[in-house]
Amino acid sequence: MDGDIELRVDGRRRRLRVDTRTTLLDALRDGVGATAPKKGCDHGQCGACTVLLDGRRVITCLALAVAHDGAEVVTAAGLARGDRLHPVQEAFLERDALQCGFCTPGQVCSAVGVLDEVAAGHPSAVTADLTGPVELTDDEIRERMSGNLCRCGAYVTIVDAVRDGAR
Amino acid sequence: MPFDYRRAPDPESAVAAATGWAGVAFLAGGTNLVDHLKLGLTSPEVLVDITGLPLDEVEELPDGGLRIGATVRNADLAAHPVVRRDYPVLARALLSGASGQIRNLATTGGNLLQRTRCVYFQDLTTPCNKREPGTGCSAIGGYTRHHAILGASAHCVATHPSDMAVAMAALDAQVAVLGTGGRRVVPLVELHRLPGDEPHRDTVLAPSDLITSVDLPPLPPGTRSLYRKVRDRASFAFALVSVAAVLRVEDGVVEDVRIALGGVAHKPWRARRAEDVLRREPADEEAFRRAIDAELAGAAPLEGNGFKVPLTRNAVVSALRELSREQR
Ligand SMILES: Cc1cc2nc3c(=O)[nH]c(=O)nc-3n(C[C@H](O)[C@H](O)[C@H](O)COP(=O)(O)OP(=O)(O)OC[C@H]3O[C@@H](n4cnc5c(N)ncnc54)[C@H](O)[C@@H]3O)c2cc1C
Ligand code: SF4
Ligand code: FES
Ligand code: FES
Repeated sequence: MDGDIELRVDGRRRRLRVDTRTTLLDALRDGVGATAPKKGCDHGQCGACTVLLDGRRVITCLALAVAHDGAEVVTAAGLARGDRLHPVQEAFLERDALQCGFCTPGQVCSAVGVLDEVAAGHPSAVTADLTGPVELTDDEIRERMSGNLCRCGAYVTIVDAVRDGAR
Repeated sequence: MPFDYRRAPDPESAVAAATGWAGVAFLAGGTNLVDHLKLGLTSPEVLVDITGLPLDEVEELPDGGLRIGATVRNADLAAHPVVRRDYPVLARALLSGASGQIRNLATTGGNLLQRTRCVYFQDLTTPCNKREPGTGCSAIGGYTRHHAILGASAHCVATHPSDMAVAMAALDAQVAVLGTGGRRVVPLVELHRLPGDEPHRDTVLAPSDLITSVDLPPLPPGTRSLYRKVRDRASFAFALVSVAAVLRVEDGVVEDVRIALGGVAHKPWRARRAEDVLRREPADEEAFRRAIDAELAGAAPLEGNGFKVPLTRNAVVSALRELSREQR
């Protein structure tokens, strides 16, 4: 069974017809041709498929495309403003926060989401005071980024990049 | 298997749309359901999308309690100022579950009704009474690190994986359900079942029953609460054992105590025996140990999870010790 949906992907309106079983990840990659989000595990466990959906970081491999008609999606490829990279992207380059780069689009989108969540004062599992302001310590970064696995183990520099990206 | 997709504008039409089908499921965040569609664990003919229902608010009740809509995202609930201030056990349980980008999708109702992570349940090639009644239980005599030590049966030894539900069990939460027969309220501790000889039934709900909200009663002033989760890695892992504890101590005496355990049973396990031992007792380590020992007297560990008995004991004692220290 099919459904017609419209998505705004990296600033461009896209209409597409999808089988109801299609995940948002497959719709983006195969339907729209937006290949920045990657299919790592396809079961919610690795974070490689992370995008910003209506402004919030989400995995896309367990979301159904038909359920997100009208949504605004920003992938890692849509974060730059013209030739100017997003500060988080700059920081990933500066800090060498990648090796093969497969997890990177997901890491970058997740990091952008993390910085918004911290700016909004949302606590994490390691925040000592649930009602106080949040300080972006390395422990906070590690906890908040734990949904993004890196097969190459670039974690140390990823933490550096997220810290820099906040400035 | 292909399925039909429908969207419901209000709770009544969602229930109506889900009535009369052999295979039907409500779709919320999809983080468990879509996984199961892919794994072939379930193959509904119809999905009824409930994310558009007006059930996405957290509302303060006149009695000081809180009403949490069924489609409130786990991330939003954990970030809610009243939850952070008055129900730290719930905020902490939510924040210890899954990952940030999953919590932005996952909902209250879906979190409660997520299914076990038993590896055999998720593997179509192995027998499993929960997935296919009557085929047997592959976990018994198999890999049981994540399985139950309390309330299991010879038919199933699975555990319920939710962190949020454990906190809600300790908070005496009440679940509002809309079914074909109208509205009813189910205490959270009675929502999930023990496996018995029907392990395929996780809860007391029928397929067309829609959870609309969860109410938290107010906590008396001076009550403290916390959530402690023990797992194989520091983040993004399910609990081996978890403890949700709510405690009020006055003049060194336990006035109120509520303890719920996760990772040990087919449902969030309210430790009533431990609570009975502790009430009106001195809030000290000796009493905490006596209490949890009374609860764990009924434990029946399996070959691969004997460690959960001392782990549960230590986690409970340390949680209560921390809470009592805060209110000397
Ligand atoms: C990699 C990974 C790690 C995870 N780690 C944790 C963890 O550490 N701790 C933890 O607690 N959880 C964890 N989870 C599970 C996660 O919390 C659940 O998948 C999520 O809460 C389910 O919510 P949902 O809205 O996505 O539900 P869905 O997947 O949409 O639905 C789940 C079930 O609930 C039913 N349903 C949903 N809403 C209603 C309603 N209102 N009324 C009636 N039925 C309804 C659906 O029909 C379906 O059967 C993890 C998940 C993943 C993928
Ligand atoms: S423990 Fe339960 S869910 Fe796991 S294999 Fe046995 S019957 Fe299936
Ligand atoms: S591909 Fe989505 S989390 Fe791994
Ligand atoms: S850079 Fe290779 S997986 Fe992260």
